[in-house]
Amino acid sequence: MSRFGIELPGLTLKNPIMPASGCFGFGKEYSQFYDLSLLGAIMVKATTREVRFGNPTPRVAETSSGMLNAIGLQNPGLDHVLQHELKWLEQYDVPIIANVAGSTIEDYEEVAETISRAPNVHALEINISCPNVKEGGIAFGTHPDTARELTEKVKKVSSVPVYIKLSPNVTSITEMALAAEEGGADGLTMINTLLGMRLDSRSGKPVIANKTGGLSGPAIKPVALRMVYEVSQKTALPIIAMGGVSDEMDVIDFISAGASAVAVGTANFVDPFVCPAIIEKLEDRLKEWEIEHIHDLKGRSWMDIGETAYHRT
Amino acid sequence: MIGHQNMKIVSHESIAADIYELVLEGELTKRMTSPGQFVHIKVTTGNDPLLRRPISICSIDPDLNQFTMLYRVSGSGTRVLAERATGASVHVLGPLGNGFPVDYLKHGERALLVGGGIGVPPLYELSKRLTERGVHVTHILGFQTEKAVFYKKEFEALGDTYIATVDGSYGTKGFVTDVADQLSFQPDAYYTCGPAAMLKAVEAKFKDINGFISMEQRMGCGIGACLACVCHVAGDESNLLYKKVCSDGPVFKSGEVVL
Repeated sequence: MSRFGIELPGLTLKNPIMPASGCFGFGKEYSQFYDLSLLGAIMVKATTREVRFGNPTPRVAETSSGMLNAIGLQNPGLDHVLQHELKWLEQYDVPIIANVAGSTIEDYEEVAETISRAPNVHALEINISCPNVKEGGIAFGTHPDTARELTEKVKKVSSVPVYIKLSPNVTSITEMALAAEEGGADGLTMINTLLGMRLDSRSGKPVIANKTGGLSGPAIKPVALRMVYEVSQKTALPIIAMGGVSDEMDVIDFISAGASAVAVGTANFVDPFVCPAIIEKLEDRLKEWEIEHIHDLKGRSWMDIGETAYHRT
Repeated sequence: MIGHQNMKIVSHESIAADIYELVLEGELTKRMTSPGQFVHIKVTTGNDPLLRRPISICSIDPDLNQFTMLYRVSGSGTRVLAERATGASVHVLGPLGNGFPVDYLKHGERALLVGGGIGVPPLYELSKRLTERGVHVTHILGFQTEKAVFYKKEFEALGDTYIATVDGSYGTKGFVTDVADQLSFQPDAYYTCGPAAMLKAVEAKFKDINGFISMEQRMGCGIGACLACVCHVAGDESNLLYKKVCSDGPVFKSGEVVL
């Protein structure tokens, strides 16, 4: 196959690039710029059982080489996502990773069970790491026992493989990863945003209405890279990495750190064409370096030469 | 349709306190058809500033392939933009959003255009288009102080123009609504853009006539994907309905959204 074909639990990816959840809506807006079938997969916006409006505005603020957001899981609710958003995405030849969120474990179970039966949903991403909601979200992603229990329960009801989206806002992300693995997770996605804030220097008040927000963009790449590097050495679970990816070199770095595939978040706002651009440049770069398959680079930051894992299709 | 292009800066100058006039040239101008739309600008390459900046289109010259923006230096992004010299290029995504409906009014009808601060610029192209249709246009423009006043002559060339300044250093002392209170005619429609408090006051003052209101909000993507710039729908008791300022707006009908 190509330099790109990757098999992960539930997912046959034609390339390792996918837009990250929350940065791509349900794809419609970006479909006016390019054919969504070019993408390896799409991580769609977090879906909760009921429709949610989210937080008051302002919801975003620029920071040095990054941005803060506190959208607050705004989404049209499970039924609407199934009947309209996922249905609409069926016209594209691209696997969907559905991001599942809720306030209680029962919420997660219900959404996971139902959404996993949609024909184009090939995997779930369980959002236990949203820093911008009062209940649920990150509350499940900062205690290993809760994360394990939630993973077990979601696994029981899901018809497709389950990836747990980890929060960087913990003392030990490896501990959280191992808890998800013990709970039966099929993979990990990491990292969600880092909790941060910005003040208006003149008034001294927070710029974002929610006061705090999640930091994303190039500013967080070193943190994400370090976390993927640590976690990939401690767990056998495949990792889809995200955190400040904006070009093909960032992708190569995350694969070298031990990721199997890479998601692009904030960069979509800077350049709506960034995903197909990265796919093209990544292929050129691998050709130039005479790398037969992207996974020949996987984990090389910590593996001895010759030990590099092969996960070819 | 939305396009994107590296556009050349053909002119860039300060025209009032912290206000710059930026003229860009390129084929993308041909797509700009509706006054009140905006563009999303990457002011430099690289990560700082990272996000694009939404700036409204002030005037369009399809013959020269040029369009003009007026912006206020108010943060790190616009500060960097202000330093970009003639001959350099900036990356433009646009045109974005829905503009003001020009054809709402017929020849001989009266339009009132009310702008506040950096909400004034999109009214300029609008005023030109309305005037071309034979609509009688009256402008009320509000600024903080005399030094912040811009485009007075340009607006005067199109119709009656009244200026209000908060500190009274120019024109009527007070707000645009203070000028509106003294109007001697009832407009057939109003068009407005400016700070939220002003929009609210204008909508309340002219509650008996139809208006078109252009909103401002901090944006992420500018194309409707990130849900950063949402607003509530007026009269929605569930509080769950929303409109996106970037892609459903920025221009809304009066009474359509919660200001």
